[in-house]
Formats: sequence, structure tokens, C-alpha cells
Amino acid sequence: MADETVVDRGRVEIAEDLCKGCGLCLLACPVRVLVLAEHLNSYGYHPARYLGRGCTGCGVCYYACPEPAAITVYRREAAAARV
Amino acid sequence: MYVRAYEKPKSIYGVFERKPGDPRTTHYCPGCGHGNVHKYIAEAIDDLGIQDRTILISPVGCAVFAYYYFDVGNIQAAHGRAPAVATAVKRARPESIVISYQGDGDLAAIGGNEILHAANRGENITVFFINNAIYGMTGGQMAPTTLPGQVTTTTPMGRAPEREGFPLRVSELLASLEGPTYIERVALFDNKSRMRARKAIRKALQVQLEGRGFSFVEILSPCPTGWGMTPAQACEWIQREMLRYFPLGVFKDISATRPSAPTASHQGKLTDLASSPEEVLALLGLEGVVSAHPPWPHDVDAPARYRNPRIKIAGFGGQGVLFLGRLLAEAGMRQGYHVCWLPSYGPEMRGGTAHCHVTISGEPIASPLVSRPSVLIAMNRPSLERFEPEVIPGGVILYDSSLISMPPRRTDVEVLPVPATRMADRLGSAKAANMVALGAYLQLTHVLPAEAVIAALERVVEDRSLLELNVKSLRAGMEYVSARREHGAP
Repeated sequence: MADETVVDRGRVEIAEDLCKGCGLCLLACPVRVLVLAEHLNSYGYHPARYLGRGCTGCGVCYYACPEPAAITVYRREAAAARV
Repeated sequence: MYVRAYEKPKSIYGVFERKPGDPRTTHYCPGCGHGNVHKYIAEAIDDLGIQDRTILISPVGCAVFAYYYFDVGNIQAAHGRAPAVATAVKRARPESIVISYQGDGDLAAIGGNEILHAANRGENITVFFINNAIYGMTGGQMAPTTLPGQVTTTTPMGRAPEREGFPLRVSELLASLEGPTYIERVALFDNKSRMRARKAIRKALQVQLEGRGFSFVEILSPCPTGWGMTPAQACEWIQREMLRYFPLGVFKDISATRPSAPTASHQGKLTDLASSPEEVLALLGLEGVVSAHPPWPHDVDAPARYRNPRIKIAGFGGQGVLFLGRLLAEAGMRQGYHVCWLPSYGPEMRGGTAHCHVTISGEPIASPLVSRPSVLIAMNRPSLERFEPEVIPGGVILYDSSLISMPPRRTDVEVLPVPATRMADRLGSAKAANMVALGAYLQLTHVLPAEAVIAALERVVEDRSLLELNVKSLRAGMEYVSARREHGAP
């Protein structure tokens, strides 16, 4: 059960209709918070989906994703400085 | 409370106008490495603040559409020629940041020569070389980088080095040259390797930005479709198989010691060496051969509607339609006009169809393509049927009436039937039909004096008897039109 009081350091947004379901972000994510959705997007792919908890904002999924605009990673302001 | 930390680079367009509907996804397959490399390059362009002066040369291959994605200056080069184009761009615009983006079929096969010499010259350009060990776009054929034993559509039993040779290690090859400054091979198979690739791409651009010479990054990149694997399997295959043959690492880096130097540009522009048209002609050794200030019309008066013709000439291969066009352009050039000749033909020497585009103009010519001709010379029926609709209203259709029994249907153009093949046959050879048609065209329009065409003929046709036949046929075509006029035709 996720602890509701813990505030995540990051958040990932996946533009569902830009995702081709290659799954590379899932493999890349160090904290395993991405999955492929059960449903299909308009191109007929199972898009990647954020489980909604636990993102650290590390950006690794962004660099693994081949689509330029499919993944946007957010960080909590205090931790926003890019590595 | 959350801020964007990683998002689409600014140097990548928001929508890609490649297809109707303005898609926002690339045309690349799921898991293809091109998208990653695009992203890393665009991010580096953003961070280095060079978007406004970056010019990217797209290759032939899957990345041919890179110009739909990168919001920078873009040029698309012929197969393998990107380093030559990049050289020209960099020398003409030394302040620009020039990127040649190429795949392994493009760079290592047909473009092997170009990359070798650009690297050897130490051109101050950056080359990103996407190596996926296969021809991706054309359907997965063997490339120069295909691994021994690797199955492709053209090596169904696996590449056999004793038959197909060994994979080319391009980075190692180029690193043996004096010219290059920075050469590294990276890969895209896990987080660490991707970050290393990102860093190398950034460094390569930095080297160019500082004027330190040729930078080259080879990127081992997944092609799940061409390899017949899932994206995850493709990453594993890079790590397990490709790295064995293509080790990662920096093969050359003298960026710290090579001094920053401005890009070698040409020794002044042509206009610095020769400021007037007369001086340009003297410089080129064409003094007296070509007149510097062409009056239009020339010594023969061409009615205004015939001037500056945009001509399409079409027929069977072997009918001499390309030669006809070349001759017209050559004669126009000798008269001092701007001319352009663009042939278009299939691989057949005989029997196929061929056509060419010719422009003769008093003004500089913007495009070699003639998509809306003012003149169509059709030497066979398929050519007439195909190109008749393209002719502009008020234009001219000249056709070989000995081979085409169905005259053009257009009523808004001037139609001139000439039994060119029959006439040429009577004069000695049906092959000279092209010259009959040319003579008819000249006599109808007076666009060029016959003497200019004959002078051009004398230059290109060496065989004496062939020359005579050509001249005779040309004159016959002219006389045909004159006689027709005497009989009341326009």
C-alpha cells in the first residue's frame, strides 16, 4: 500500500497517442513505475503508462524513449536542477 | 510545485508536416534508435545555443526525413554524398554548424569515398554515423557493417566473410587518418550507453563550434524491424553481438591540442576575382566563345510567346530525345542564355521511355524541373498522352506524326505535326528524326538561330557523315515548316 504522505521527487507524463509501445522506458526505469497499458492507443499500440507513484524524476525514461515528444519528466522544484 | 526537467527539445518541431494531419510522431519504427539520436542532437543544439546557425544534411535511408523533424537549416543530399555537401555548406558559410547525419548503408557503402576524404581533409564538420549493421529502409539487406553470420534478406544463410568480405570498422579506419580531430563509437542499448552517446554527440558539436576540425560519432543503434526482433531483444543483440565486433570507445581525440582555426574557405568568391561578366568569361577561358550580354531576341526575331521556353522532350530510349535536349541547351548556352538540361530516363538504353527538361532563358533559372512546359516535343504516343495535359495554355505541342496517329486533343495550344521519323528515314536514317523535330521547332519559333545549333552539333558530333546527316535532317525540318506556312498553315 503506497504511503500517501510521501511526496514523490518527480512525475512523468506520457503522451499516450505519441507512444509506439516499444517498452524501452519500462526497461530503463530504475524504480519500475512504468507499465504498458492494457488498452490500445489510436495507432494500435499498448502505450506506456505511469503507475502514478514513485517517480524520482531521474529522466532516464526520457533518454530511452525514441519519440521526441512522447515523454515529459517533471521534478519537484527543489530537485529541478538538471544533472 | 513540479517543473519540467526533461521535455521535447526546442530544435525538434512541434508537429511534423510530413503527412496530412500534422502528425507529432516520427515515421520511425517502435524502438528504432534514430529517434534517440535525433533527441540527443537536438538537445545539444539547444544547450549550445546554435539552433539558428545549424545546417543539417539528411542522408538517403530511413533518416531521409530528418528535415521534417529538426527545426534548423536542412538540406537533403544524394545517397552517400552528405559529407561532400556538408563540406560545401561549411566553406560557403563558415559561421554555420554543419551536421552530416548518415546511416551505414549511406556512409559506409556508396558514400565510402566521400566520408574518407572529408575526414582526411579534416573538414570542420560533424558527422553522426548510425550503424545498425543493415540496410533498414530498403528492407534489411546486407550492409558493409553486417556482422559475420548475420542473416539479412541478401545473406539468408548469414554473411560469409569469404564470400561477402568483413564488416567495415569505420571509426577505426578514419582514426588512422591525420585529418580527424575526434572520433568515438557509442551505442544505444542501456541507460549508461545512452548517456555516453548523448555526451559524445555534445562533444562532437563542441569540437566544431570551437573550430577544431572534423568530429565523428558512430552510434550502434537498434533496428528491431530489420533484425526481426523486439526492441528489448534488439538492445540485447547490440550488447551481445555488435560490441564484439565494434568495440566502444574514443579512437581519436586531439581536440585539446589541435588549435582552433577558422574554416578554410575558398580563395574569395568568383565575383571577387572577376567583377564583370566579361572578366568571368575570360577567367573561364570562354572569351569570344560566349557573349556576356545576351540580347533577347537574338539576331533572329522570336515572337514574344516563344521566348524563354520551358521545354519537355519525350520519346522512346534510342530516339535521341536526350541528345536533342542537350543540343538545344548547348546552342542556347553558346548564344549566351541561361540554360538548363535535365534528363530523366530508366535504366534501359533502348526500348524504354526517356524524357528531358530544357529551359532556355534570359534570366537565371530557379529550377531545372519543367513541370508545366511551354513546349512539348513528343516523339511517340505514350509521351504525348502522358505530357499533353501538362502543357500551358497557349503553348506548343510538336509531335512526330509518322509514329503518332492520334493527334493531341487540346484546343488551347498550338499543334505542329511533323512526320519526323519518315522524313529522317528518307534522308538516310530514322535515327535522325530528333534533328527533323528540332529543325521544325527552330523554324516555328526562331528561338535560336540554326547556325548556333549547327555549331553545337559540330562540337559534339565527331563522325563526319553522321554530322552531315544531322545537319541535313535539321534543315529538312526547317523547310518542312516553311513549306507548311506557304500552304497557309500558321
